[in-house]
Amino acid sequence: MTRPELLVRLRALAVHRFGPRAAGLSDDQDLFDVLGIDSLAALDLLTDLEVAFSVEIPDWEVQGATTLAGLADVLGRRL
Amino acid sequence: MSLAFTGEALSWALEQGVLEVSLHRAPCNELGVAALAELELLVPCLTHPDVRALLLFSRLDSGFSAGADLRALHAGLGAEGWVDGVRAFLDRIHAVFDALDQAGIPTFAAVHRVVFGGGLELMLTCDVVVADPSARFCLPELRLGIIPGFGAIPRLTRDLAGPVVRDLLLTGRSLGARRAYEAGLVAHLASPGKSLDLARSLARQAAKFPVAATAAAKLLAKPLPRAALDREKDLFCALVVRPEVTAALGRFVADASTRPYLP
Repeated sequence: MTRPELLVRLRALAVHRFGPRAAGLSDDQDLFDVLGIDSLAALDLLTDLEVAFSVEIPDWEVQGATTLAGLADVLGRRL
Repeated sequence: MSLAFTGEALSWALEQGVLEVSLHRAPCNELGVAALAELELLVPCLTHPDVRALLLFSRLDSGFSAGADLRALHAGLGAEGWVDGVRAFLDRIHAVFDALDQAGIPTFAAVHRVVFGGGLELMLTCDVVVADPSARFCLPELRLGIIPGFGAIPRLTRDLAGPVVRDLLLTGRSLGARRAYEAGLVAHLASPGKSLDLARSLARQAAKFPVAATAAAKLLAKPLPRAALDREKDLFCALVVRPEVTAALGRFVADASTRPYLP
């Protein structure tokens, strides 16, 4: 999967989890600030990523990524 | 003893022979003194003749339980007799968890979202666990310089293969529901939002069986790892006084961010 494809899928996941306001996210906007993600929502996001991409990701890798671009980097290393 | 109870942290009622016990203390069913006191009231119900099975679940959207009340643990730091108080708390919660673990009736849990630390340890006392796909299981204690103190390691090593146990413990990572199901940590992976329905169906079926047969089966299938449980309390108390634990608990309590706590 290419990085642009990853970003498209990540944005779709974010919209599914956090609603339409996630659709306008730029790749480098802070997910926590823009979407108001808290630690609980970050766990849900981790579950979403693992299910959607059939991959296991250690918590700290996802929790340390605060943007869609950061998440794409994490997934890019795992896929 | 009452088979209908409404408390601050948990409540229960008897439904078709199944004692349905719900956790409901915000933000996420932290296990502290209040929850422990009410769990102690629950224990005598386990041997009431009308109670043929038990079902444990959370009414909170946030999850099953985030585990021990670390803010309460931190609040007592440095006070005279603090370690003795920790030991007394551990003795009490072990007594309750052991009673749940060894109950002669079948016990079920339905879990979702946060199943962390002491919450996972509470889950491990149950015979059969049904997970929602949202559930995540984690033992984060080593991040704080301590080990799980409510029986996790003895019960996990009783029930699961060593590699999975060591992964959970030594990395502090969380497992998603699918992975937990594949590893045998939970018996069922329900459809989204259906874990309580499924667990209730299982409990009501199991409640029909003669209690003597259930108790005999559990005696063989689920022995209490007594020596390891006692050793765990000793090791926990030896660790909890170390300065790195004090520092880690202080950082955890001072962290007001809503972002995930990453030591």
